Amino acid sequence: MSAIELRPACKPADYKSEVSPIWCPGCGDYHVLMSFTRAFAELGLAPENTVVVSGIGCSSRIPAYTTCYGFHGVHGRSLALAAGLKVARPDLTVVVASGDGDGYSIGGNHFLHACRRNIDMTYVVMDNRVYGMTKGQPSPTTEPDFDTALSPGGTGLSPFHPLVIALASGANFVARAFSGNPNETAGILVEAIRHPGFSFVEILSPCVTFRPDEKDWKNAVHPAPVGATSDPAKAARRIMTDDGFNIGVLYRGNRLPYQTKTAPQSIDLTELEKEFEL
Amino acid sequence: MKAPSGHSLSSAADLLAIAYRIEADAVERYKLLAEQMESHNNAELVKVFRDLARAEGIHAEEIRKAGGDDLLARAARLGWKKGESPEEVDLAGAHYLMTPWHALQLALAGEKRALDFFSSVAETAKDAKMKEIASEFVEEEAEHVNLVYRLLRKYPKPPDEWSEDPDAPRSQD
Repeated sequence: MSAIELRPACKPADYKSEVSPIWCPGCGDYHVLMSFTRAFAELGLAPENTVVVSGIGCSSRIPAYTTCYGFHGVHGRSLALAAGLKVARPDLTVVVASGDGDGYSIGGNHFLHACRRNIDMTYVVMDNRVYGMTKGQPSPTTEPDFDTALSPGGTGLSPFHPLVIALASGANFVARAFSGNPNETAGILVEAIRHPGFSFVEILSPCVTFRPDEKDWKNAVHPAPVGATSDPAKAARRIMTDDGFNIGVLYRGNRLPYQTKTAPQSIDLTELEKEFEL
Repeated sequence: MKAPSGHSLSSAADLLAIAYRIEADAVERYKLLAEQMESHNNAELVKVFRDLARAEGIHAEEIRKAGGDDLLARAARLGWKKGESPEEVDLAGAHYLMTPWHALQLALAGEKRALDFFSSVAETAKDAKMKEIASEFVEEEAEHVNLVYRLLRKYPKPPDEWSEDPDAPRSQD
């Protein structure tokens, strides 16, 4: 008898843990969780060989709500954790979850270098253009005229362009999705996970509590008028000139992912320790 | 005939499979809404959403039995790549202070879309068996719509201030 145990294919529900999400009702992140589980089922990922890594924030709660391995890490450091994990265990499927504050502000520097390193993993940022968990502060993607008690008259600052920055930094797959279309988003996640190298998916995910205006996003989103390109300059130009609501895969690159084989070979630890002997 | 997913529905078996997907999707969403309400101590809504999930679950199970052994595989193949189920319950329409009236409005919108979908299949299907099954679904969905309307008589529209919270979430000062 074969030592390999055959098991039935997983359904989306099999990737959802018994922990009840505690996001606000109406939050887009519920739909993102639904997209995660549908994408994992479509790919037939083994939960024990899949890891969801996150930082801090509402969106970063997501690992607890899946049956995969999870790491709810340090603020802004999800990509650093995930990079280490993927390099050490290239056999695992690594998906990183973050928000616009965690990913673009506190973790902004890691974002640039994760794109540049092109390690084979998928980075999902649930962008609601606000710090929701800490009660509504403007984030790097908040519009300049977002007028609140914390930012009277708005910040006056131009928002960060994550997709263009990802392209300029070397991400190998770039897409924008909308949480309110979970099937479509699941399809994009499937493509992102399958694509070799660093895949970046920005999911517009409304914060109904501190940004009730974002409920209107469901009327604003539309499919990108042209398909994905493999030319990063062309993709960047398209993104810089769109209205911010083009949905779909926008760029599919063909850079070779980071290979541990090309990195320095592992060395004998006892030899290394000798160099530190007093 | 096209499924909401854009796939072609070519047989009665395909129709049963897509109908199963529609009901299963509704079960998933109602359960999720019940969980949300439980987290926010809205016990009345927990019951409403669980009851709706149970009702959809019974319907899904009936379809599964009628669809035979390959229904689940066929349903997976016909599943949505684009667009959502016609009976999609809009999770974005949830609010932590929502009332049974709001929950029933979400349900009503989904049931009406499902009714429209099956009516369109019943009207346009060429295959006689498919037309017959679609017509049965039309009757069932019409019953569901009527049921929601009856429940709405029990739960009238709340006053306009329903979402006012004396301790509302607010930006830090």
